[in-house]
Amino acid sequence: MFKILKYSFYDLMRSRWSYVYFLFYLLLGLVLLFLNNDLSKAVITLMNVIIILVPLIGTIFGVMYYYNSKEFTELLLAQPVKRSSIFLGQYFGVSLSLAMSLVIGLGMPFIFYGIFNSDAIGNFALLLITGAFLTMIFTALAFVIALVNDNKIKGFGYAILLWLFLAVIYDGIFLMSLVFFEDYPLDRFSLAATMLNPIDLSRVLILLKMDISALLGYTGAVFQKFFGTNQGIILSSLMLVLWVSIPLYLIRRISTRKDF
Amino acid sequence: MRLPVFILILLALSFSNAKAEQLEVCNSCEYKNIKTAIESAAAGDTVVIKKGTYREFNLQITKPLTIIGEDHPVIDGEDRGEIITIESDNVTIDGLKIINVGTSYTTDYAAVRVVKSENFLIQNLQLEKLFFGIYLEKAKKGKVINNTILGDAVEEYSSGNGIQLWYCKDIEVTGNKIQKVRDGIYLEFSDDILIEDNLSKDNLRYGLHFMFSNNDSYENNIFENNGAGVAVMFSKFITMKGNIFRKNWGPASFGLLLKEINDSEISNNNFEENTVGINIEGSNRINYNNNDFRNNGWAVKVRGACYSNIFTKNNFFNNSFDISYNSKLNDNSFDRNYWSSYTGYDLNKDGLGDVPYRPVKLFSYIVNRTPETIILLRSLFIDIIDFSEKVSPVFTPDNLMDQNPLLKPVSHDIN
Amino acid sequence: MISIENLHKKFGKNEVLKGIDLNIEQGGIFAVLGPNGSGKTTLIKSILGMVVPNSGSIKINGKSVKNDWKYRNNIDYLPQIANFPGNLTVRELIRMIKDLRSYKKADDLRLIELFKLDPFLDKKLSNLSGGTKQKVNLVLTFMFDSSLIILDEPTTGLDPISHIRLKELITSEKQKGKTILITSHIMSFVEEIADEIVFLLEGKIYFKGGIPALKTKTEQPDFEHAIASILTTSYV
Repeated sequence: MFKILKYSFYDLMRSRWSYVYFLFYLLLGLVLLFLNNDLSKAVITLMNVIIILVPLIGTIFGVMYYYNSKEFTELLLAQPVKRSSIFLGQYFGVSLSLAMSLVIGLGMPFIFYGIFNSDAIGNFALLLITGAFLTMIFTALAFVIALVNDNKIKGFGYAILLWLFLAVIYDGIFLMSLVFFEDYPLDRFSLAATMLNPIDLSRVLILLKMDISALLGYTGAVFQKFFGTNQGIILSSLMLVLWVSIPLYLIRRISTRKDF
Repeated sequence: MRLPVFILILLALSFSNAKAEQLEVCNSCEYKNIKTAIESAAAGDTVVIKKGTYREFNLQITKPLTIIGEDHPVIDGEDRGEIITIESDNVTIDGLKIINVGTSYTTDYAAVRVVKSENFLIQNLQLEKLFFGIYLEKAKKGKVINNTILGDAVEEYSSGNGIQLWYCKDIEVTGNKIQKVRDGIYLEFSDDILIEDNLSKDNLRYGLHFMFSNNDSYENNIFENNGAGVAVMFSKFITMKGNIFRKNWGPASFGLLLKEINDSEISNNNFEENTVGINIEGSNRINYNNNDFRNNGWAVKVRGACYSNIFTKNNFFNNSFDISYNSKLNDNSFDRNYWSSYTGYDLNKDGLGDVPYRPVKLFSYIVNRTPETIILLRSLFIDIIDFSEKVSPVFTPDNLMDQNPLLKPVSHDIN
Repeated sequence: MISIENLHKKFGKNEVLKGIDLNIEQGGIFAVLGPNGSGKTTLIKSILGMVVPNSGSIKINGKSVKNDWKYRNNIDYLPQIANFPGNLTVRELIRMIKDLRSYKKADDLRLIELFKLDPFLDKKLSNLSGGTKQKVNLVLTFMFDSSLIILDEPTTGLDPISHIRLKELITSEKQKGKTILITSHIMSFVEEIADEIVFLLEGKIYFKGGIPALKTKTEQPDFEHAIASILTTSYV
């Protein structure tokens, strides 16, 4: 697997897209910092970017890479390499190079700006870690979708739809059900609903750092426990790991049964 | 002209010296315990308590005395009741350490109580393991300065307040440090009180609690991590200046709670990381200016019947919600504040945004209605509905906006 | 060498292989022929493990290939369409494939020389012409010394000289006692090199045997006509 990872990674490191992605983040970081001149505010704007854009880019990139490297995959399939190694190797190649572009691209301007001497460093590190996680999750989901759909257009369509659903529609339904059932105790339900969407999960993880004051304003005992103690952070992190591992398991499973 | 005055003062000093005696209390002194020293002393005498531990309580001072502790001698009440009760004018208590005040459910035992007296000075005390700390009852013209009060309160019903003022007037409470009691400082029916440079933190209920007290001012205090923050209720003409309200977290916790407060001034305060910066209920004609609201859940929460309040030149930095209203009506004005989430522009470069800012978001209205929705804070979907509400307000007061939002924060660090 | 029993494969509703029984002995050149859609590629991919059969078994040297991947160490495969990761250079690609088969000693230098690939070594694969890519493809296939070689349309896009080189290469490999499986549409090429023909028709083996036997069976004087006659009878 590591050999495949290595070559996929080399391949991507030379692709123009990795640089576009990298430069995009670099630019974003610079613009945010030097237009705003306020680190905390920049971190908040960054959160929106990370929660929306990172999954989108991960999804598109993942699908694109899978379809573009189809022939390469076939070449590898005839080599004495385990099937799951091929796909997991490719997956890690893509997701790691994306995550690196994100971390380095955003990290550089902030380090240059002096993040290490600021108390926003914790928030910033959390943002980058969450961003890296989201990249891993959505690239994996994209791979699963691409593996299931041989038709490129369909695969792209489903992938974008998945992103749209998790980024916007899910929260809409979530909000409506909360308002509609407001007479019932809802804190367990809302925590569960949050855990089931990686975007919401990452958002809450960041909120736990940035907006804890507001979160603690709610009276529910379950919320209090979740937000007020480390339990929230631990549980959310575990769920993020799970959100990476489940699609990875699916990649393994589907790839061993698929015909090429 | 000057010489006679000097001589006069000298004369006065020597005269008083000759009259006032100094009584010493220690193991090897004439007086072995404080009680006998106080009883033997004449009005105007000074009782000096040397270093040591004195197991005494119920010390009643009924004549003008100065009681001074050297190197903080300890008075251990052994949980038997009140320690010092002052029932005379012109009493000074200085430099004692008082521990183990008795706890009772029927009587409010205090470490030091002042009853119906004037011109007292209570300073440099260290109070620990207490029920009530310093209890001023119908007292006037006194000072409570530089005391340290450290309680171990766990439950509200079995704990007392750090400094309590009840029917008092013209009192100065300065430089005290109060921790882990029920209410740090409590005022009821007390007017013309100055509360300054105190630190009140980790208290069970309120850092400062105000009821039916008028014409008071509190300045440059720090209130931190108190169960419910600071509550100012049913009072008029209050000045609150240069205080710091910090880290008051919890569902019923506020930096500052205003209830039925009228004609007051709130300026140059810092509200940082509170669940609610200021919670306002039924309060009118208050000027809020030059305050900083930073990283609060709600910077200002307005609940019903608040009229003619003016918010100007305040800075709102990165609060989850800037302003929240629970009704569609608004009679308060917001002008020339800095809002960090303002996204408008300033084409004519006059430092004021050309587009008005609407500090009340639709989402804050939704959260008021269904509190669980807070978990959707900063979601893209919420941003979208907030935006649409901003374009055409339906649920939030449509006249509530800052017509002249500042593009740069107001600098008012120097109080 | 390869023994296949009752192999079935469906893609959705489309049944491509309908019970293939095939034995291929060690040594010699076997041409797998058949009309479009007869299942040639599916059969080859099944042997390579790229297609998972619905039922039946494939054994190579007596061992089942199911859920195994190490046996591919003994197979050299030339895919039909040569497409490689575009950002790699030829040299890197060769190094990579060698790296993936880390235990094999490779004969790449001789083959690069043979197909005159030297000037292309440092070019990116996305900038190569179809023919050059096919040559790279050939190098990758022949540089290892495996006992089974599978070639899917090896002549695509080759110039005449390379074509001749390829034939020489195949013959020399055969002389080493290797088994070579070829699919091709170019009948003259097949006739020239194949020892045995495996003819697939509608997912079944229609004929297996030498070229003379095929000619006898179809009563046709030459190979191309023999094939054509099978097709016309089956199309009627």
